[in-house]
Amino acid sequence: MRGFRTLAPPLVALALILATWEVLARALQIPAFLLPPPSAVARATLAELGDLALAASVTGRAALYGFLMSACVGTLVAIAMSSSRILERAFYPYTVFLQTVPIVAIAPLLVLWFGAGLRSVMVSSFIVSVFPVITNALSGIRSVEPALRDLFRLYGASRLSTLTKLELPAALPAIVTGLRVAAGLSVIGAIVGEFVAGFSESGAGLGIVILSSYRQMRTDLLFSAVLFAALLGLVLFGAVNLAGHLLLSRWHPSARNP
Amino acid sequence: MLAPLPDPPEPKRGVRVSARGVERAFRGVGGAVLGGLDLDLAAGSFVALLGPSGCGKSTLLRVIAGLDSPDAGSVTLDSTSGAARVAFVFQDAHLLPWRDVLSNAALPLELTGTGAAERRAAARDALDAVGLGDATHKMPHELSGGMRMRVSLARALVTRPNLLLLDEPFAALDELTRQRLDDQLRALWAELGLTVLFVTHSVDEAAYLAERAIVFSARPARIVADRTLALPRARTSALRAEPAFGAEARALREALEQGGG
Ligand SMILES: Nc1ncnc2c1ncn2[C@@H]1O[C@H](COP(=O)(O)OP(=O)(O)OP(=O)(O)O)[C@@H](O)[C@H]1O
Ligand SMILES: [Mg+2]
Repeated sequence: MRGFRTLAPPLVALALILATWEVLARALQIPAFLLPPPSAVARATLAELGDLALAASVTGRAALYGFLMSACVGTLVAIAMSSSRILERAFYPYTVFLQTVPIVAIAPLLVLWFGAGLRSVMVSSFIVSVFPVITNALSGIRSVEPALRDLFRLYGASRLSTLTKLELPAALPAIVTGLRVAAGLSVIGAIVGEFVAGFSESGAGLGIVILSSYRQMRTDLLFSAVLFAALLGLVLFGAVNLAGHLLLSRWHPSARNP
Repeated sequence: MLAPLPDPPEPKRGVRVSARGVERAFRGVGGAVLGGLDLDLAAGSFVALLGPSGCGKSTLLRVIAGLDSPDAGSVTLDSTSGAARVAFVFQDAHLLPWRDVLSNAALPLELTGTGAAERRAAARDALDAVGLGDATHKMPHELSGGMRMRVSLARALVTRPNLLLLDEPFAALDELTRQRLDDQLRALWAELGLTVLFVTHSVDEAAYLAERAIVFSARPARIVADRTLALPRARTSALRAEPAFGAEARALREALEQGGG
């Protein structure tokens, strides 16, 4: 009953939007290359399902690798910066640079360095998604209560046990927040990477499908690819959410009563 | 084969604390917080420390605990039985929210490298001592404020400290819970024979708990009163109605007002 009540409104809204779109597209005779009706998009999706699924798996793999790199590197960078004010002052400005650098502009550089294919796409995904991991993990570690630090100091805790028994668990909610943002960004980064880096060893990713259907004016297929990209982001986001919930549900208020 | 030597008679446990000329100033705070303070605490004594807000009580506690170092002067801890083991109880319980009650209480032993079985047993004992033996697997968010504070007390006791520093530990609790914890603390002190330094804002609590009460002036902290309380060793709530108790509390309040509180 509760599931129905939360699911029903967005589903009804979706149905209404699709119906209006379908009716308008037909009534106003909008050319299919400008705005194909939902029925055309559905048909294209079914017809190219195999290729789309393959493309989604290619892009998904690159995004996943990029995301995992962001999670590891981002947390390590945050740990390093939190242990030294000098390191933080020296390097924080450049992590902001990661955030502001137009990925489209440096993607060609990535191809020069890492070659066309998976590696460039993965690095592009990493660059786009690492910043929120760093900032969230850093502020999580910084926000550990001073009294708890005193407690660890009083008993002569080593740097390592302060990190593993105090700082990382305390920062975990913030890290999960950062990873949630990074999950969506990593898919965006992978698709932008594919725009430039082209085919990867294992086939065409969603970025390639989007580009080629644009060139062929297959707007219906373009919509399908965008749909799959959104789904991919959603799946990664959902996985992070679930993992965060499992890790935090025993103690953190944000994860209780989902 | 020789019979093992009998344990030596238990000496007066607890640490003797002597502070000599302790000075501490902070940037941004006008003048020194501690300006050449001398203070001695006898081994095994229960001393209450009163003083106006911001006069430097917490600063002194942190210096004694070794969490902060003085700009000048020194603090020495003499223990007749082995090394000084200092424990600190803060104003709030400050438990690790991701650990259950038992492993919160065991944390100090974990940090000092005691084996798992031994520290769990010690934590269980400490929790029993504060009356929380049946809540060992609860998470901190499932406890009331008074229970959390008792876990915090158990965590402080788990290393068998010989110096216990408490910084307004029960200030955030309701009156009844506070009195119950006061009684518990007093009983633990009598049983364990450690040295206790207890910071509080309440003259009644100071008079009820301590053998000796010290009153600080406003910054820089000077000792404006240092009284050995003329009260019986056994403290029960009936004591609060005694004239002697009222007289001690009044004397402390006057010293506090005179010191600029
Ligand atoms: N780490 C610090 N950095 C800067 N100033 C500090 C620091 N610690 C304490 N102070 C200042 O030193 C003064 C004394 O602080 P302290 O905490 O010792 O007072 P207190 O007697 O414990 O007060 P209260 O009863 O309100 O707890 C205050 O003015 C405080 O702002
Ligand atoms: Mg204080």
